[in-house]
Amino acid sequence: MANEILEEHINKDYEWGFITDIAADEAPKGLNEDIIKFISAKKNEPEWMLEFRLKAFRNWQNMVEPEWAHVSYTKPNFQDIIYYSAPKPKKELASLDEVDPELLKTFAKLGISIDEQKRLSGVQSNIAVDVVFDSVSVKTTFKETLAEKGIIFCSFSEAVQDHPELVKKYMGMAVPPTDNFYAALNSAVFTDGSFCYIPKGVRSPMELSTYFRINASGTGQFERTLIIADEDAFVSYLEGCTAPQRDENQLHAAVVEIITHKNAEVKYSTVQNWYPGDKEGKGGIFNFVTKRGICLEDNSKISWTQVETGSAVTWKYPSVILKGNNSVGEFYSVAVTNNYQQADTGTKMIHIGKNTRSTIISKGISAGFSNNSYRGLVQIKKGASNARNFSQCDSLLMGDKCGAHTFPYIEIKDKSAVVEHEATTSKIGEDQLFYCKQRGIDNEKAIGLIVNGYCKEVLNKLPMEFAVEAQKLLAISLEGSVG
Amino acid sequence: MITIKNLHASIGDKEILRGINLEVKAGEVHAIMGPNGSGKSTLSSVLAGREDYDVTEGEVTFNGKNLLDLPAEDRAREGLFLAFQYPVEIPGVSNINFLRTALNEIRAYHGQEEMPAKDFLALVKEKSKLVELDSKLASRSVNEGFSGGEKKRNEIFQMAMLNPKLAILDETDSGLDIDALRIVATGVNKLKSKDNATIVITHYQRLLDYIVPDFVHILYKGRIVKSGGKELALEMEAKGYDEIKAQFDSLES
Repeated sequence: MANEILEEHINKDYEWGFITDIAADEAPKGLNEDIIKFISAKKNEPEWMLEFRLKAFRNWQNMVEPEWAHVSYTKPNFQDIIYYSAPKPKKELASLDEVDPELLKTFAKLGISIDEQKRLSGVQSNIAVDVVFDSVSVKTTFKETLAEKGIIFCSFSEAVQDHPELVKKYMGMAVPPTDNFYAALNSAVFTDGSFCYIPKGVRSPMELSTYFRINASGTGQFERTLIIADEDAFVSYLEGCTAPQRDENQLHAAVVEIITHKNAEVKYSTVQNWYPGDKEGKGGIFNFVTKRGICLEDNSKISWTQVETGSAVTWKYPSVILKGNNSVGEFYSVAVTNNYQQADTGTKMIHIGKNTRSTIISKGISAGFSNNSYRGLVQIKKGASNARNFSQCDSLLMGDKCGAHTFPYIEIKDKSAVVEHEATTSKIGEDQLFYCKQRGIDNEKAIGLIVNGYCKEVLNKLPMEFAVEAQKLLAISLEGSVG
Repeated sequence: MITIKNLHASIGDKEILRGINLEVKAGEVHAIMGPNGSGKSTLSSVLAGREDYDVTEGEVTFNGKNLLDLPAEDRAREGLFLAFQYPVEIPGVSNINFLRTALNEIRAYHGQEEMPAKDFLALVKEKSKLVELDSKLASRSVNEGFSGGEKKRNEIFQMAMLNPKLAILDETDSGLDIDALRIVATGVNKLKSKDNATIVITHYQRLLDYIVPDFVHILYKGRIVKSGGKELALEMEAKGYDEIKAQFDSLES
């Protein structure tokens, strides 16, 4: 009986599943050197960029898709994917007024304001947004305001054209094109993404944000984000994403690279809400993403915070290479899986410099028939004296048909290292829910209360606007999943 | 306040309550005693609306409403409070936040505005004194890492905060030392008024030295087999349940 009442709530639909009817400029299906040349030509890229792609592609052809993750799915047919799809612009865009009204409507529905004017009326908070629709970036807001401070925030394609020296210098530094199967694929076919450079001594006056939207059917999304914080610079970066509800599985294989120089800090927050598939596990996004930061110089800091509620299959390990002395890496994660979702997510903290510190807080929540795995590597290289790591991996189970798994790997090559690992597994029980109800708190509020309590340490790390959204998202993703 | 008529309830195929009749009026304290497995905790669970039990027969009227028609949270909002025998831990949720949510949900149900934070904190301060609850416990996670005694005191603290019409104390004395017992009982007594009522479920007479009942009922095999005044509890303490068991078992066979 309890289950029936709980299940009433489960049928909350994915709210972002609509499709925008918009003309698209697409590449033919399939992947070969011609397609890569096509993409490169579409973007009017310099020769070195095309070379980078082709090299990555040739590497990729000799690589095998990884199978070590604790997930099972039908591997994508890479020849059956459209690698380039752009909303057909009516003409060259000079101002927001010229953006296709269908696109504006889409983003309005998603609650993303790409209209800078709104800021004045206080509707939208102070966040600059780069909006990526299928394969291309359609609009970056507040570019001029940021430029006054010397901050470059633009689409990746623009960066290739306007700041080739920066792109050339940093691209592939944290995630080399040979890094792994999906990173190699991305390096070959990436279509757009965001680029951000914060110059010496500048703290970004506003939060920078990228919003990704997959729309076209049969397409994959392969965006690339590159963030560079020069000496003493600081930026807080947000990433959000949604996709329409489709029966097919769509591939999202992104690469995010962060590079911090001396005393610089980058805080990267993600609320990942790709379409997770339906209640029977049909459809949904394959989210195979490589995110890595490198603390290149001393006293720098990279912090990843993620709230993962979407995608059918997630394979994602935002990592930090702590190269500079005294550098700090952080990973705060909440990963929620419901129905038939599968997530294998965690982090790698590679300690190279002296006195480097890392913190890992991972909160997994599994419901329905889902499987949720934490996989993390803490590596202390020889010479990384006085390195410290603290890891805490908690799993919360709802119901008795889901799974929670923890795969921590620890490699220590320096005796002075201090590494701590804590793990817990708990269950939201009928008892906790009944206790709340007996105090007058209904089911929905009770789940919200319990889950938010469980994730508090991570949610506290999110910027304010994101934290509120993340809390709501958690409640929606888990409604009715307690049995 | 509450009228229970011929209440039958079972879990799975097993009938546990087999025709309970009880009336509790405002201002009264009723004690329900009985041997292990007689259905005491089932009665409190069924009244509070736990879904593991099926009510197969009977009716319960609470403040003129059909209690059994209401979901558990509405029963609470109508003023029914259960002090749990085993209070549940909710990690990461502070006692304060939990109580504030509960209080405001109850207020919303009655069409009242949320209680301003200032008033709420004043109320916390006032009520935590009642059960000598360390103010630090108020900001800790609900029951997490609390000792047995702290958990029970926290139950009475919540009761004081939510100010119910009918409080059911389910074996609140279990696991308490004599000092904690005195503190809890003093709290309950201070909360007593002519407008509310209390049902004390207990195994031992001991608690009833501190919370003096107007009526005592003996529950056995899912029925109230004997009722009386406070002296009945003393009688049971002296003689044990054997006589009642024998009497009732022979009637049944």
